[in-house]
Amino acid sequence: MSDLLAREPAGVRVEGVDLSYGATRVLRDVNLEIRPGEFFAFLGPSGCGKTTLLRLIAGFATAQRGRILVGGQDLSPLPPWKRDVGMVFQSYALWPHMTVRKNVAFGLEERRVPRAEIGPRVEAALRLVGLDGLGDRRPSQLSGGQQQRVALARTVAVRPKVLLLDEPLSNLDARLRVQVRRELRDLQQGLRLTTIFVTHDQEEANTVCDRIAVMSEGAVQQVGTPMELYDHPANLFVAGFLGTANIVPGIVLRDGGAAAFEITGGTRIPLPAGLEVSEGARLMFRPQDVTLLPAGAEPGNRRVIAGEITHREFLGASIRYGIRVAGAEVLVDAPHTGGEHHLPVGGLAALALDSSRVKLLSA
Amino acid sequence: MSLATTQATAAIQPAPRARRWPARPGEVVAFALVALFLLVFLVVPVVTVVTVAFQDRATGGFTLAHVGDFLANDLFRTSFLNSLYVSLMSVVVASLIALPLAYFTTRFEFRGALLVQTLGVLPLIMPPFAGAVAMTLLFGRTGSVNLLLGDAFDINIPFMEGLNGVIFVQSVHYFPFILLNLTASLKNIDRAMEESAQNLGAHGFRLFRRIVLPLAMPGYVAGASLVFIKVFDDLATPLLLNVREMLAPQAYLRITSVGLEDPIGYVISVVLILFSVLSLWVSSLALRGKDYATVQRGGGGLARRRMSRGQAVAAYALILLILALVLAPHVGLFLLSIATIWSFAPLPDGYTMAHYGRVFAESSQFITNTLLYAGLAGLIDVILGTTIAYLVLRARMAGARWLDYAAMSALAVPGLVLGIGYLRTFFGITLPDGTSLAAFWGVIVLALAVRRLPYALRACTAALQQVSASLEEAAENLGARRLRVVRRIMLPLMAGGIAAGFVTSFATAAVELSATLMLVQSSNDAPLAYGLYVFMQSPAGRGAGAALGIVAVVIVGLSTFLSHLIAERGGGRRSA
Repeated sequence: MSDLLAREPAGVRVEGVDLSYGATRVLRDVNLEIRPGEFFAFLGPSGCGKTTLLRLIAGFATAQRGRILVGGQDLSPLPPWKRDVGMVFQSYALWPHMTVRKNVAFGLEERRVPRAEIGPRVEAALRLVGLDGLGDRRPSQLSGGQQQRVALARTVAVRPKVLLLDEPLSNLDARLRVQVRRELRDLQQGLRLTTIFVTHDQEEANTVCDRIAVMSEGAVQQVGTPMELYDHPANLFVAGFLGTANIVPGIVLRDGGAAAFEITGGTRIPLPAGLEVSEGARLMFRPQDVTLLPAGAEPGNRRVIAGEITHREFLGASIRYGIRVAGAEVLVDAPHTGGEHHLPVGGLAALALDSSRVKLLSA
Repeated sequence: MSLATTQATAAIQPAPRARRWPARPGEVVAFALVALFLLVFLVVPVVTVVTVAFQDRATGGFTLAHVGDFLANDLFRTSFLNSLYVSLMSVVVASLIALPLAYFTTRFEFRGALLVQTLGVLPLIMPPFAGAVAMTLLFGRTGSVNLLLGDAFDINIPFMEGLNGVIFVQSVHYFPFILLNLTASLKNIDRAMEESAQNLGAHGFRLFRRIVLPLAMPGYVAGASLVFIKVFDDLATPLLLNVREMLAPQAYLRITSVGLEDPIGYVISVVLILFSVLSLWVSSLALRGKDYATVQRGGGGLARRRMSRGQAVAAYALILLILALVLAPHVGLFLLSIATIWSFAPLPDGYTMAHYGRVFAESSQFITNTLLYAGLAGLIDVILGTTIAYLVLRARMAGARWLDYAAMSALAVPGLVLGIGYLRTFFGITLPDGTSLAAFWGVIVLALAVRRLPYALRACTAALQQVSASLEEAAENLGARRLRVVRRIMLPLMAGGIAAGFVTSFATAAVELSATLMLVQSSNDAPLAYGLYVFMQSPAGRGAGAALGIVAVVIVGLSTFLSHLIAERGGGRRSA
């Protein structure tokens, strides 16, 4: 990895940011701490405020309240061109009237980097993204994937304190996306560059990022590593957004020290001891936390629920069944290990739920 | 579902229908008539002009002697350089007017952006020469502005002296061509193009120079080359401002004073054609392969930046100043039309409606002639335009494209050249009543029709392109014959586009003067623009001339408004 482009990484702090467009509140009291050198994602559905937050860091939006610090310096009073944060745009925004080399050199020229230093740095940046030799092409002569690399090279060439990526993979086809996200991760590690990655795709975020901030309706729902978020979602939104979740309504019943959850409609599920119980909470478990029992099998210490199979989807590694139980419809994944074995739609099924893996979550 | 899919596919990718040849007899006749019209009223006159420029008068052989005469003469060399200078300077001044208007209204949060854009187009609804005299009264040596400046600061700015006056009037009149093209270009630039430059450290003028301007360049060049050629070809404005040492006035003066036989007028015509073709070529070169219009994938519309207080004050002041300039000809013309006496004073001495009375009582033929000529020209244009569009798009007749090219080539023929060509070609043809064909008022109509045909043709072609061929095929499938399909399905669906084409032709023909000036033989047959020109020649006629100018502005303004309405209604129907 080229030393020409390396730089001491900086952390990012977002403090109490509120942002509204007219009556629409786009960001609500956002607080985040992104560590130096970290690969961080803003993850959420469209309209959740993630891109606005990224543009706020780059200086293309103005917050009504709060501030943003990079490496301890408050960016709020600085215009976009003095912030020293590099942004790669979703549309790449390569200037069609310049060659690839001119595009990459642009930021260095604007920063008044000595002429003798610009050439080597441009070449280093192009080599970094595997485009050496294509400097004289025009952007329109490149493929989508190559254009994306040029955009990346153009940004890292100026050695920004922070790299901002706005949905960088969304304009690539599926196969390329997998390859590029791996390369992004390698490049980020090599440069030790603090990177913020905006995406609506949980798989992208899970595979490349150290930590993720899940956002919804302008607010940060939870911050954590991909595994933490999946295993210990803080609320129903995070549970539903990362992976597939069965979310079942009902009420919590208490009998001395033991608690149980009664699904609306009758089925009762014992809750593990020490589970925090809040008002209006729902029961959440993943499809793979349930085992489908063959007729007559011994349930052991697991709670068995009876249901009717309503549909079946073959997913490759597993078969997903939709099963109607009293009061709810749940998804259950059964591993697929070869052969044609599966349960018929319309048949009855017995579900064994591992009660140590259920959670009670609020909205 | 499947029906909708098929239709959509057909609209995007027309089934490769075999070129039909031989065509239906009716289509062959239509083709022949259109071809004959273009040959007689466009090709022959222009070829005649070019031929005369290079023909030895004694032997009829090829000669460069006339070109040599032209180049050897100081007056003509000066005129050529003056024309070049005035056209280039008009482009520069028009750009200075248009650039801030376009940039501020598209890039910043700007109150009244719509108003600026609307007012910015206002000059186009007035013939440039109409405002010329009014501009002299406002900005001339003893005009309102210089009188006030003289009182206050004891200075006199030569806005209207000699070539300055032509540059000033033309750039105030023609800058909308740059404004419209530039605004469209600026709006189409993906905002991320500019944001990424800001993100990398560029801002202010450097951002504008390195990113915004290059990306908007194709639109700018298209507009600028249009301004250049309009000014280069214009005859009436320099004549009214009494500037004779330019190419178009020289050609006019040679033909009208020395006579139709004098070859210099033809050599000048060839120069005018050359520059027209050159600037059209430059503009097509600028546009080719540089469609920078990049619609952003995902993400909102154009982000408008907020200006600081100081910037806002400066920007508003600049734009108000520009708008005052732009509106000056209109205001001046209106004041002049209701003024008793206006001379050596910032404002007229008194006000009267007498000029309008005089125009309507004595010279109403100017107005009726204009409505008749422009109306007939518009009618001819949409008939030709629809026919050519049909032959190209529906009949797919071999050679129909050449009709399209021929009709469009009228864009490169200056009005003055067409006028000279008509005079030369039709002068020798005698009508039954013993007068020359060239003196017949119908020739004016034909000249106007040929000049405006490109606009109507594009409107008709666009209208027909938007009618799906499957609609017509459905009617044929139900048993309608071709002619009935055309009448009952195609024409009604094209109506909006045809009407828009008619109005455009009509409105621009109503204020055309270059060709008309050559062809009008008696003031009884003269249209409004000619009458305006004659009135403006004498100080006593200025009031009436201005009143006539206001009438022209009202006619063109109403037509423009009408075409806007038609375009909006047509849009509604198509999407239904």
